[in-house]
Amino acid sequence: MSAPAAAVEARSSQLTAIREPRYWARYLPVTATGVLLLVAIAIGAGLYDRFLTGQVLANVLITNSHLIVLAVGMTFVILTGGIDLSVGAVVALSAMIASKLLSSGWTAPAAIPVVLVTGSLLGLLVGLMIHYFKIQPFIATLAAMFLARGLCYVISIESIPIRDPFYVTMSRYRIKIFPDTTVTPAVFIALAVVAIGFFVLHKTRFGRTVYAIGGGESSASLMGLPVPRAKIGVYVVSGFCASLASLLYTFNAVQSGNPLHAIGMELDAIAAVAIGGTLLSGGYGFVIGSLLGVLVLGTISSLVKFNGTLNSGWTRITTGLLVLVFIVMQRLLTLGRRREG
Amino acid sequence: MKAVLNNRLLWPILVLLALLIATRLQAPNFFEIRVVRGNLFGSLINIARNTAPTLLVGLGMTLVIATRGIDLSVGAVAAISGAAATMFLQGTNEPNRIVNVLCAVGIGLGLAVLAGAWNGFLVTVVGIQPIIATLVLMTAGRGLAQLITDEQIITVHSQPYKLIGGGYWLGLPFSIILACAIFVLTALLTRRTALGVLLESVGVNPEASRLAGVRSRSITWTVYIICAVFAGLAGLMITSNATAADPNGTGQFLEIDAILAVVIGGTSLAGGRFSLGGTLVGAFIIQTMTTMILTLGIAPEITLVYKAAIVAVVCLIQSQEARALVGRLIFQRPERDTAEPPAAVDQDGEITAVAVDATELVAVASDVTGEP
Repeated sequence: MSAPAAAVEARSSQLTAIREPRYWARYLPVTATGVLLLVAIAIGAGLYDRFLTGQVLANVLITNSHLIVLAVGMTFVILTGGIDLSVGAVVALSAMIASKLLSSGWTAPAAIPVVLVTGSLLGLLVGLMIHYFKIQPFIATLAAMFLARGLCYVISIESIPIRDPFYVTMSRYRIKIFPDTTVTPAVFIALAVVAIGFFVLHKTRFGRTVYAIGGGESSASLMGLPVPRAKIGVYVVSGFCASLASLLYTFNAVQSGNPLHAIGMELDAIAAVAIGGTLLSGGYGFVIGSLLGVLVLGTISSLVKFNGTLNSGWTRITTGLLVLVFIVMQRLLTLGRRREG
Repeated sequence: MKAVLNNRLLWPILVLLALLIATRLQAPNFFEIRVVRGNLFGSLINIARNTAPTLLVGLGMTLVIATRGIDLSVGAVAAISGAAATMFLQGTNEPNRIVNVLCAVGIGLGLAVLAGAWNGFLVTVVGIQPIIATLVLMTAGRGLAQLITDEQIITVHSQPYKLIGGGYWLGLPFSIILACAIFVLTALLTRRTALGVLLESVGVNPEASRLAGVRSRSITWTVYIICAVFAGLAGLMITSNATAADPNGTGQFLEIDAILAVVIGGTSLAGGRFSLGGTLVGAFIIQTMTTMILTLGIAPEITLVYKAAIVAVVCLIQSQEARALVGRLIFQRPERDTAEPPAAVDQDGEITAVAVDATELVAVASDVTGEP
């Protein structure tokens, strides 16, 4: 980029300082997501007698626990202004590795760490490519997506069932939280991940660096923050979350490893983060918002299921429209804060 | 000779030739072309036919990427167009009447225009980043396709409709003739008029282009509409060839294949320069790779691993940092590395040439945009 262009950049960042959104505006998108969730639940309660029961709401948490974990990892990446398209494929790959190891006689306590390390290593690889070779996150994670999806087929073209006693226990075990409401252990794992994510983002140096990178990478570097470590770190976090999400996914829903698992799941995760009020160009957002975003999507899809006759296309259309609404809202709140880039 | 070596298309073409020859060595009848009832058949013809949708979408994507944008919604748009056209044909009593088929094509492409206008609106008027703006339609578009077909897979039996994607004309697959005609038209429009330079100037700096009197907003908007129309046409080809429209399956991963074709062809995702010829070669490379793997009897799904490798290598070649690293590795230790194979030196020569090329282009484009 030439010197005049750099001058333009500098001028626009001066403008940034002036047009910084007011303090309350930071919390407006997350609040809106919370209100949206309440509205969705209220609509359900108004339409269907049996919607507003503890178990229906708990089921939203149970069936989406893997998505919550994915969305937390994705939030880290998006806060730095990046994107991770590989998470769906990493979920599938992790499930394949787990099922292959378990079916060849490994025990669950041995197989699970291997799976988690694989996901994190893939994330590390992507992070290194993005930071050191300046490859756009979109393309680097796309390559990782191909790689992970392809490796699934290298492991096996067919579905491998999981019959490990630990997995079966995790899927059947119910924890009573209210007299007539039970949840699976996966829900607690997912909520713990949200809590850890919140702590890391707001109480550690790593977390502050993540926000700083999203606000402006060069300023973060000039301030002496450990940018390379954090920028690579977010992809490791995302990879780790993807393989952890795959565990919850296999616990809950599928009980198998299949190369076709989780196709398009990265889109759900990105949508949840966007609906959760995180600015997709980075710098603003909360993991709590992503949790609420997942719950909004989950409530809408259970509304569609409750109706029974409604075309499931509506779930996707609503998702797309909600993403749009939140992006436009962000756009209005931070008007002129930064030109599209 | 130097002009040939410096040509950006050289490496993609060499890769394509290498893929073809490697397959020929493994499968002796790979180059065989038979004539059955005046039409050509054979592996190469199949590659050509199956390349057509990727090529079309790749062309549109190249133009969008030239303006520093990206369009993730092409797969969903293909599904919408294919679904609408086949639904219309299924609803008519005479699916073989030319008028009905033309109507179906018109409906499909009309919806694609709407989709493109929507994307362009979000990008230019609302000012959302292209990757996010088109993500909206990528998610919602599949839902719309599901609504159109009522979640069914629609089969279509219509001779004239079959022509678009699966038929023959003058002995060659109609789809590849159509795609190549559109390729030539696009190339003429962008390279024989100022349009191409304007696109590139918008990609280098939209604001500077606007100040220099380029109507960057309408250009960007038009480009998204063109991209969506090409995607819609690709959707018609796919459903016509398969004689069925599947709202979830039609055009799945089409956006990824198209972006891949563009990237392999040497168009930088940072915008500001584009190569239509590169996209043509890129689309053929992708399809040849798929066919090669089928011919060699490897599980077709493993193609993805090769695609990952190709994306990684191409991106590393485009990355200045990686080039600098290679340069250091080769040139900083000349005494010890005298036995370096000539291939590596060649490769580096080519790489440096690309760097010079890119700098020149930026300089030229900056002149055009009127940046001081």
